[in-house]
Amino acid sequence: MKQFRINPENGLEFGLYTLGDHLPNPATGERISAKQRLDEIIELAKLADEAGIDFFSVGESHQEYFTTQAHSVVLSAIAQATEKIKIASSSTIISTLDPVRVYEDFATIDLISGGRAEIIAGRASRVGNFELLGYDLQDYEELFEEKFDLLLQINQKDVINWSGKYRAPLNNAKVLPRPLNGSMPIWRAVGGHPASAVKAGYAGVPIFLASLGGPVSIFKRTIDSYRTALTEAGYDPLQFPVATAGFFYLAETTQQAQRDTYPSINEGMQHTNGRGYPKQHFAQGASPRDVMNIGSPQEVIEKILYQHEMYGHQRYIAQMDFGGIPFTKLRKNIELIGEEVLPAIRKYTAKQESE
Amino acid sequence: MKAVFLSGSIVGSKTKTAISYAMNKLKQAYPEIETVLLDLAEYNVQFSDGRNYLDYSGDTKYVTETLMSADAIIIGTPIFQASIPGTLKNVFDLLPVNAFRDKVVSMIITAGSAKHYLIPEQQLKPVLAYMKAQIIQTYVFIEEVDFHLKEIVNDDVLFRIDRLIEDTVVLTETYRKIREAQEAKYDF
Repeated sequence: MKQFRINPENGLEFGLYTLGDHLPNPATGERISAKQRLDEIIELAKLADEAGIDFFSVGESHQEYFTTQAHSVVLSAIAQATEKIKIASSSTIISTLDPVRVYEDFATIDLISGGRAEIIAGRASRVGNFELLGYDLQDYEELFEEKFDLLLQINQKDVINWSGKYRAPLNNAKVLPRPLNGSMPIWRAVGGHPASAVKAGYAGVPIFLASLGGPVSIFKRTIDSYRTALTEAGYDPLQFPVATAGFFYLAETTQQAQRDTYPSINEGMQHTNGRGYPKQHFAQGASPRDVMNIGSPQEVIEKILYQHEMYGHQRYIAQMDFGGIPFTKLRKNIELIGEEVLPAIRKYTAKQESE
Repeated sequence: MKAVFLSGSIVGSKTKTAISYAMNKLKQAYPEIETVLLDLAEYNVQFSDGRNYLDYSGDTKYVTETLMSADAIIIGTPIFQASIPGTLKNVFDLLPVNAFRDKVVSMIITAGSAKHYLIPEQQLKPVLAYMKAQIIQTYVFIEEVDFHLKEIVNDDVLFRIDRLIEDTVVLTETYRKIREAQEAKYDF
């Protein structure tokens, strides 16, 4: 766990992530400027840092309704604006980027931030980046596997010799600068289906599992498959952290939390994915056995603890800003996280001194 | 309410004839309903490669977005090689899973032989059900002999199409009311 900068003694880490979506507030139909959205994301990271939240990450999506395409640039501003919080991508679409350049960027962010940077590499759910950046969608899978593997090698070796299909060869190449402590945690982003998690297991790479809605027990299967794959490949699952990511929002009551978020999630998904979020499914999200952490602080704490009991995971990251939720509400959520959620989950998941 | 009429083949005239008749019928009976004709013969639709439908361009994007914006879809299809045409299956493949959630779908089938009568039952309905459509169970099955010079000449077929249109509109409106009543209970 140490190479991934996770200390299991501290219990479940709690983080925030944003996809950098730039969507209208459904209540007003109005959309803030791209500048304001970027300012607010950086401010959100600052507030999260001050509240003692462990982790903050920013995603990369190359299409309409998003504003953090240059996510590493945003992260470098966050590195400068924050002090203790870990910062990462969620995720970096390594398939359509040059792993050398990505590593240079993130190693630089690691130095600026004093050793707080991590990379989460994914394959993209929307694929606007392929056409925009000049790649063939037919190579979707091969591009990811080859470039992700190169990224991992760059992390492990100071001098690299490499050749592949989708990038010029590297001969005795030094990829500089090196991160503060020689290497950085690199994770694989996986969707709900076990296949991608199994690949991460065979490669001995930690996973970030997206889990937006549905029963906890289903996502547990993916995590179990991942750990089985690790074991089959000769790795010790106890050495590899698992992180989950999903919707989160706190209000006084679950009903209020659902009222505050449903229009944003429904209309936001309609804009970004072409399909809304069915009300019936969203209503089921309130179940203690569902992954959706939208509700009162007490209910959400209990859900997170239940998820921890089921998954035995090391980090949970919360998405609460999707679909034009006003910043005042995000600020209020950060307060509640700092005052109620963090103390509770640390109390119940950290190793006690007497143990 | 928006009704999209999809003619699912790029060859022949019978499906187009039947679906055009059905669309005109709906326009006459329900002038307030927005209608769109999607005749696949008029579009250059690419094969599905698994991407989100919003990521396609040109005709493919137009066809998928038009279908996704519909409240009711009336599918017209011939039977090829004892199945639905590849062009129609490709349209399904282009759309997301659950694409027909909260949509009503009805079917008009044209076929060269009565032996094909159960093919929509066994091959088309399961696809629509998987995609979460509210299906009008009774489809209109039209044979070669019912057409003459690009017109339907069998009054029985015309009456059955008229009933299919009425059923499609009634179920779409009823289903919308059911859904609204159900959603109102959620209080968010």
